[in-house]
Amino acid sequence: MNLTIADLKKGESAVITDSSSNDIPLKLLEMGCLPGNEVKLLQLAPFSDPMYLNVNDSFLAIRKETASLIVIEKINE
Amino acid sequence: MSKQINVALIGNPNTGKTSVFNALTGLNQKVGNYPGITVDKKHGICKLSRGVKAHILDLPGTYSLNASSLDENVVIELLLNKNDKDYPDVAVIVSDVENLKRNLLLFTQIKDLKIPTLLVINMSDVMKRKGISLDVDVLEEKLNTKIALVSTRKGTGIQELKKLIEQYKTLPKKQCLDASTIEPAYFERLQKAFPNQDIYKLWLVITQDANFGKVSRQELDVSKFKTKSTSELKRLQQKEAIKRYQFINNVLKEGQNIDRSKARDLRSKLDRVLIHKVWGYIIFFIILLTIFQAIYDWATFPMDLIDTTFAGIAEWVKSSYPNGGKVTDLVAEGIVSGIGGIVIFIPQIAFLFLFISILEESGYMSRVVFLMDRIMRRFGLSGKSLVPLISGTACAIPAVMATRNIENWKERLITILVTPFTTCSARLPVYLIIIALIIPEGYIFGLSYQALTLMLLYLIGFGMAVFSAYVLDRIMKTNRKTFFVVEMPNYKLPLLKNVIITVFEKTKTFVFEAGKIILAISVILWVLASYGPDEKFNNAEAIVAEQYADLSDAKIDDKVAAYRLEHSYIGIIGKTIEPVIKPLGYDWKIGIGLVASFAAREVFVGTLATIYSIGSATENESIDTIKTKMSNEIYEDGSKVFTFASGISLLLFYAFAMQCMSTLAIVKRETKSWKWPMIQLIGMSAIAYIFALIAFQILK
Repeated sequence: MNLTIADLKKGESAVITDSSSNDIPLKLLEMGCLPGNEVKLLQLAPFSDPMYLNVNDSFLAIRKETASLIVIEKINE
Repeated sequence: MSKQINVALIGNPNTGKTSVFNALTGLNQKVGNYPGITVDKKHGICKLSRGVKAHILDLPGTYSLNASSLDENVVIELLLNKNDKDYPDVAVIVSDVENLKRNLLLFTQIKDLKIPTLLVINMSDVMKRKGISLDVDVLEEKLNTKIALVSTRKGTGIQELKKLIEQYKTLPKKQCLDASTIEPAYFERLQKAFPNQDIYKLWLVITQDANFGKVSRQELDVSKFKTKSTSELKRLQQKEAIKRYQFINNVLKEGQNIDRSKARDLRSKLDRVLIHKVWGYIIFFIILLTIFQAIYDWATFPMDLIDTTFAGIAEWVKSSYPNGGKVTDLVAEGIVSGIGGIVIFIPQIAFLFLFISILEESGYMSRVVFLMDRIMRRFGLSGKSLVPLISGTACAIPAVMATRNIENWKERLITILVTPFTTCSARLPVYLIIIALIIPEGYIFGLSYQALTLMLLYLIGFGMAVFSAYVLDRIMKTNRKTFFVVEMPNYKLPLLKNVIITVFEKTKTFVFEAGKIILAISVILWVLASYGPDEKFNNAEAIVAEQYADLSDAKIDDKVAAYRLEHSYIGIIGKTIEPVIKPLGYDWKIGIGLVASFAAREVFVGTLATIYSIGSATENESIDTIKTKMSNEIYEDGSKVFTFASGISLLLFYAFAMQCMSTLAIVKRETKSWKWPMIQLIGMSAIAYIFALIAFQILK
């Protein structure tokens, strides 16, 4: 099982390794959700949905459903 | 005609693009519409120097040239169509200094279209505070452009920007990078198939989401060129984005330096509270209460003032031209009160948009969406639907206008359609009098039955709004998957100028767009109430005088007014619809009230007062008098008209029926067609009828 953004805990960072799923909106890619970029989970709404992220210097909120499509590798700090 | 330069302002949302627009044009701007769609077209004139003017078009905010909404599609349509009269001589890309990296993605795309392009870096005043330094010369060279460092907050850099716009012809046209290198073979074949077309334009046309726009397809049929599947294209688009970011990162490595230790983190401090799982909701609730208080309570002072002023004008018209007959009446009672009926909404609209623009400008609105998305999503609504739904409790008109902020068309349409179910303040007078009539005074757990009934009616309204949203969400099909990507912008102090312009524009839109329809219907209703087809209407005075020879003059006048109304066209309509409303427990007098309610629901009370001929009593007296009259009202067989059953039926009818022409007018304006207001009118009235029918038949 690959880890995805949906698996991140509050405050954790990771590097995106794959965002090629067809169900990821292009807008998200264009905002910087691309392989190699760092992503940090800043905050969660109740029931962990939506998720508030910092990706590629952009601050954005996406639904958990979308987050679970973006594959990551955690950064050990 | 003097020389005029066509300028298009383009940029990501939340970059202060509109502030730049406001700074360039001042109040010299207009809001129009793009033909056929509900996107505002904001444009204005800016004087650059003697004899040289610029026509500035403020295009909707977009993150890239790949449209994912109707708003964004406007940008692409324009930039791909050289024959459009607004096609820019120069594109001004507005970016903000803190999000330069992401902003530059759009910039490099537009450069690829070979339009002369200028870069505005806004919010330059915060650079020092955020530890950002820029090497403008390096950036200009690497990006093949000219850069204006602007601070709309401090008002700096605007003159320089104007100068650069004027010299647009000297801008380098060279692209930043060659997008076709992501798959040279494919792009080569594409170019061969359409040798006369610009390659990047071709690529954009091919990859545009088919659900949007005709994107220059009229001149360019790319459907034959289908050598790649959608997912292959998507992969290429991803490659393109990666390539662009590689370029941008290289440029910024040389041209930008960020010292992160200097950044004060206002965002995370505020976010910790404002979107906290508990505090976030409490704060939002308090903000909503304040908005509600403002439109419900604070607005009443100016509204009363408007009310008395227009009543005064009407009175003045009557007394100044006593011999004008019907013309005087038309002016005084039809036109003046019709205009009054429009102007009366201005305070509520202005207040609501004052708050909304402050919430938007400050960056808080995105947090609301974040907090509410999960709850509202279930009902096919957006997190942003909550503000319209709550403000609908004061008045549906500003609430419907407030749905503009919802980007997703389906969510926005559903919000527009269900908002009128929430209990607006115009329903209140009707509720109060009927509750007083049929609900006994008494207390349960220290709460009065009457107050509980009123609260129940508010809950029913809100519940019906949410329920019908749920149903509509199931029924309405969209061929687009809705997705949710919300930028959480930085918090900032709202610019007073932007707030004022928003309030002013919204109010103007209402007065001139919806106002026309409201005025027309007011006049029609007035005519229906002031004319009758036969002798009985025209000789009302003589007939009544004969019947009630022993009454005082004032009493006679009341009786005449009642008799007139009964035999006017509206009275005839009331009698005609009696068979239809009989099963709900209403007689023709209530029928007249229902028809007259179309002007505004609260008119119901006034109309009944006229019908029961108690017009000349003072206000406090009249409430009591009308209550007594209503409870004494009997059918020919001696049974009461206003029973518990017919009262509940009437309450439910008012709770659900679409009886407000002003709302219909504004829905027509916001959805650009009569289809949706008609669906609303018929659907809501049907629901109202069915509920009222069931209630009456069970309870009677």
